[in-house]
Amino acid sequence: MEYGLDLEYSFNEFLKGFGLSSEIAHIIWLPLPMLLVLVAAVVGVLVTVWLERKISAAAQQRIGPEYAGALGVLQPIADGLKLLVKEDIIPAKADGILFTAGPILVLVPVILSWLIVPFGQDLLISNVAIGIFLWIALSSIQPIGLLMSGYASNNKYSLLGGLRAAAQSISYEIPLALSVLAIVLMTNSLSTIDIVNQQSGAGILSWNIWRQPVGFIVFWICALAECERLPFDLPEAEEELVAGYQTEYAGMKFALFYLGSYINLILSALLVSILYLGGWGFPIPVELIAKFLNLPINAPFIQVFTASIGIVMTVLKAYLLVFIAILLRWTTPRVRIDQLLDLGWKFLLPISLANLLITAGLKLAFPQFFGG
Amino acid sequence: MSIAVTTQFICFIVLSLVVLIGALGVVLLESIVYSAFLLGGVFMSVAGLYLLLNASFVAAAQVLVYVGAVNVLIIFAIMLVNKKEDLKPINDIKSRRIISTSICLTLLSLLIRVDLTNVWSLSSPENSIGEESTIRIGEHLFSDYLLPFEVASVLLLMAMIGAIVLARRDVMSKDISTGLPVDQELIEKSSEPLLTNKN
Repeated sequence: MEYGLDLEYSFNEFLKGFGLSSEIAHIIWLPLPMLLVLVAAVVGVLVTVWLERKISAAAQQRIGPEYAGALGVLQPIADGLKLLVKEDIIPAKADGILFTAGPILVLVPVILSWLIVPFGQDLLISNVAIGIFLWIALSSIQPIGLLMSGYASNNKYSLLGGLRAAAQSISYEIPLALSVLAIVLMTNSLSTIDIVNQQSGAGILSWNIWRQPVGFIVFWICALAECERLPFDLPEAEEELVAGYQTEYAGMKFALFYLGSYINLILSALLVSILYLGGWGFPIPVELIAKFLNLPINAPFIQVFTASIGIVMTVLKAYLLVFIAILLRWTTPRVRIDQLLDLGWKFLLPISLANLLITAGLKLAFPQFFGG
Repeated sequence: MSIAVTTQFICFIVLSLVVLIGALGVVLLESIVYSAFLLGGVFMSVAGLYLLLNASFVAAAQVLVYVGAVNVLIIFAIMLVNKKEDLKPINDIKSRRIISTSICLTLLSLLIRVDLTNVWSLSSPENSIGEESTIRIGEHLFSDYLLPFEVASVLLLMAMIGAIVLARRDVMSKDISTGLPVDQELIEKSSEPLLTNKN
């Protein structure tokens, strides 16, 4: 093996020590990373909910949750428990099957997308070759779930909210995909690992944000719109549409929407940090530090250190972006639906197209800077 | 059989069943909304079949285009025009059924012929490209399949212009569906008969 530490290999060897065949060991190993990522996603949601409450409170000069645990850190768990034990209501004239399937269809693609989020060189579930394209494809399933739950609720506000959500999601997918395409063009690969490695040459200086500033802004705006965060939270628009497609939902089904939107926010923040902010890379390359300290790069100690730095950096960058998203929530007013569609189709789409063209031209002109 | 092969076999059986039953549901179900959602399920399982064949890029493209675009568009159209009315009985239903059955059988026989005459097995295992397929598809699209690719994009452009002309009533002086003169001032306003028909 190329790398010093291989957890899967040692785990399989460990199980083989008990007399199990390698295939059984592999099957026992398979769910572990998935479970770990699922737990990471849910814990990430808990942290984000707490941050949202605390930062919102600070933005409005309140104190925020305070009594559940120190500084209210247990508040999200209390919220979750409340939603868990609430009565599960299906409205009398709603369509039961679609009503139940809707939230599941919204949540599952988001969780599946975590498949491609790398926290380090080998710290991801699967390094699929289509990488980032898988995320774009999966996120296009979500509108169906939104339409489904909007329709099944048998409520005009829900239907309107569902239609709005789907329209918004479809419109912002296109500039999003185009700005990802510009990155892919520079990397020559769809794999998230390759995208990060391409930015790891000179630490902070080689991050894609310097080479793709327009793409970064377009991607961030589109990601916020896809997550239905506040400047673009029209589908919910509690003052106009009650709460859009979520109106009739209660208990665990509502919790699925809630969970889905926060997991999606964290996922988008992670992907922004992977695509534009160097992923797990430290602002100064770790290899450089190791060389400076005269340490062998493949020693187990350095391996563990690099891996933990990678995880910390990825999470730190992602949560910085989550922080910005929460601040944006309390500093920008909601756009109208026509402004939203205008922004998507008449501004972001042409800009991202031009960005793609310019990137292609720059790649031909300066192959050493824009990937050959 | 090893575990991997068994898993693959089970996945294949499940996906094929979902495709077949889902397709039957799309055709036979009374509720058009259910048909549309089932169609999405069928598209997803076809993508799953592509995945089983190691064609991950084609599978993702299938999800993006057919589920994310085509199916969403169909559902959108159904939900925007969701008229609750009974379908009119058709007089010559028998002859129509005979014609459509014969067309379907012809298509089926064509597909069976393709299935029987084509050589499906790869000449050697090394010929399977798997993860490289993205690059190969790109190369083909920009070399020997360039003309069909461009023609398809021209077709899509024509469809788009057509849709814009239909949607913008100020382009034409007469409404296409009703034949009434178009209210040039309010493009967003729905024409009268559409509103009154609904009661």
